[in-house]
Amino acid sequence: MKNTVRLFVLFVLLALVVGACGAPATEAPAMEEPFRVAVVMPSAINDLAFSQSMYDALLRIQEDMGGSENFEIVYSENMFVVDDAAAALRDYASQGFDLVIGHGSQYGSSLQEIAPDFPETSFAWGTTVDTFGLPNVFAYEAASDQGGYVNGVIAASLSESNTMGVVGPIETGDAKLYVDGFVAGAKATKPDIQVNVNYIGSFSDVALASEAANTHVSAGADVLTGTAQMVVGAIGVAEENNVLWFGTQSNQTSLAPSIVVASQVYHWEVVLAEIIELINAGTLGGQSFVIDLANGGEVIEFNPDYAVPAEVQALADTTIQGIIDGSIATK
Amino acid sequence: MISDLFSVTVLVGILASGIRLATPYLYAAIGETFGQRSGVLNLGVEGQMLLGAFAAFYVARTTGNLGLAVLVAMLVGAIMGLAMAFVTVNLHAQQGISGIGFYLFGLGLSDLLFQKMLGTVETVRGFPKIHIPVLSDIPGLGEIFFSQNLLVYAAYLLVPIAWFVLNKTTLGLKIRSVGENPEAADSLGVSVAGIRYFTIVLAGTLSGIAGASLSIALLNVFQQNMTSGLGFIAVALVYFGGWRPWGVLGGALLFSMVNSLQLWIQVLGIPIPSDIAVMMPYVLTILVLVATVSRVRGPSALTKPFERED
Repeated sequence: MKNTVRLFVLFVLLALVVGACGAPATEAPAMEEPFRVAVVMPSAINDLAFSQSMYDALLRIQEDMGGSENFEIVYSENMFVVDDAAAALRDYASQGFDLVIGHGSQYGSSLQEIAPDFPETSFAWGTTVDTFGLPNVFAYEAASDQGGYVNGVIAASLSESNTMGVVGPIETGDAKLYVDGFVAGAKATKPDIQVNVNYIGSFSDVALASEAANTHVSAGADVLTGTAQMVVGAIGVAEENNVLWFGTQSNQTSLAPSIVVASQVYHWEVVLAEIIELINAGTLGGQSFVIDLANGGEVIEFNPDYAVPAEVQALADTTIQGIIDGSIATK
Repeated sequence: MISDLFSVTVLVGILASGIRLATPYLYAAIGETFGQRSGVLNLGVEGQMLLGAFAAFYVARTTGNLGLAVLVAMLVGAIMGLAMAFVTVNLHAQQGISGIGFYLFGLGLSDLLFQKMLGTVETVRGFPKIHIPVLSDIPGLGEIFFSQNLLVYAAYLLVPIAWFVLNKTTLGLKIRSVGENPEAADSLGVSVAGIRYFTIVLAGTLSGIAGASLSIALLNVFQQNMTSGLGFIAVALVYFGGWRPWGVLGGALLFSMVNSLQLWIQVLGIPIPSDIAVMMPYVLTILVLVATVSRVRGPSALTKPFERED
């Protein structure tokens, strides 16, 4: 009897957990043969950072293609456990999606294993350039050093204390590119500027990101930037201390309209559109893509409520031009 | 470079950060101390914190009433505690496993509610810093100890209160006896189930405040899984502190201070790879734990369900 009760409670709990975690959200079913995309993301679609940049891009493509009857989006978010993500990727592939995206470099080895089992399905993953030499895998990455460089140039021009702080997650990939680009841009503008960099070792520890920002402010920084989804903690500190903030991945203005100057925003749709065109033409993979300032995959979006001085705005514009025509190196 | 660490700005920065970082640990770990002293291991802390954090954030966001927000967070934590108590005390479920279940439940539910009720990361006006008159003007010390927000002060006040209740009151004696020898306590007329219900609900309530201290006092945002393991570290701190409130305080401060120290090490450009720096608090904690663990014995009846023989 006791055991039955215990088992019952266990099942109720399990049901609650499964219910709470939720099945992948699905858009309305289509009338006839839409293009079907499934995407697996490490954080939430509304993280104001990496995952949201991909989700927003898919929505823009959907709008361009005339809504969900022509372009179906299915996603699994918060797949921070790689094993779970691998299972989701395999599920989507076996359900006959036209394109299955693993939006996170941690999903690479899973995709490498899964893709050969589904030669009719096209896969894409990022951020990377590695397609594993497989004919049905696309790779994509962001030249986040470019937007980082532009942010660094504007930031250095606005800094009065000549000290700036960076809150990074883990010193690798997209984050490292952005941070290095930011430092390079700042130093190119003011060679003597002090840019303190801090990697907190986590993509999710909002509390530590916030203390990292406090540390930068105590060290005299009057401009901060940072990358990945845990920076929401740092933005709060920036606002409280009235120091400027530069965003990346998604537009972060809404979090602190008074202090966000500009954000580098990823427009993955530039790459996605090309991939979809290739798939429709029968090419399922084997190529890698980069979004950057030149192809419009990266856009510096200014906060309309923050008045950037005209000469700084002009400097930003010439910097963007210089990066696009290749006269400025960001690495 | 290393000598930069010993400037006043840096030392004040490290201590002030450490005090703030330790706040959520204190609430959660003091609550957990009560639970464990009565013989119940609650691994659901993290889930309770997340629900508390969401509840507080949502109430603060919609009503602007911070006191009400904390109350609701306490209530949510208490309800989670009540469920945990029912499962462990009445149903005699294995405590570790059911705790993990409650953690996953809180993680999933807080995420679901966030998606449905807010939808995007927003900010809220949380507890402001309170500058205690005169004291906050003391150079250095003022910034460290007397310019924090209300929930930070309350967390530190909780430590002597918890110590007093556990060691100097009849209630504390009952809690400890239930955790050491529930059979004997029962034969003396102490309600083992009643005491355990009390401590688990108290632990849940404090975990709820721990969550609120993040979402409406220290960070003023809510994000999915924003506790990011803090609840599990709080459980570890109870062992670290030898099941004593002052020990828990020491552990929480040590862990948090080393964490803020490593932030400064990176900011000052001291050439230690960031991967090594972020490991420091964990490595140090393990070392101290190894050095002290043999001295302290935990409650004898910890994790053992009590079944009355009659």
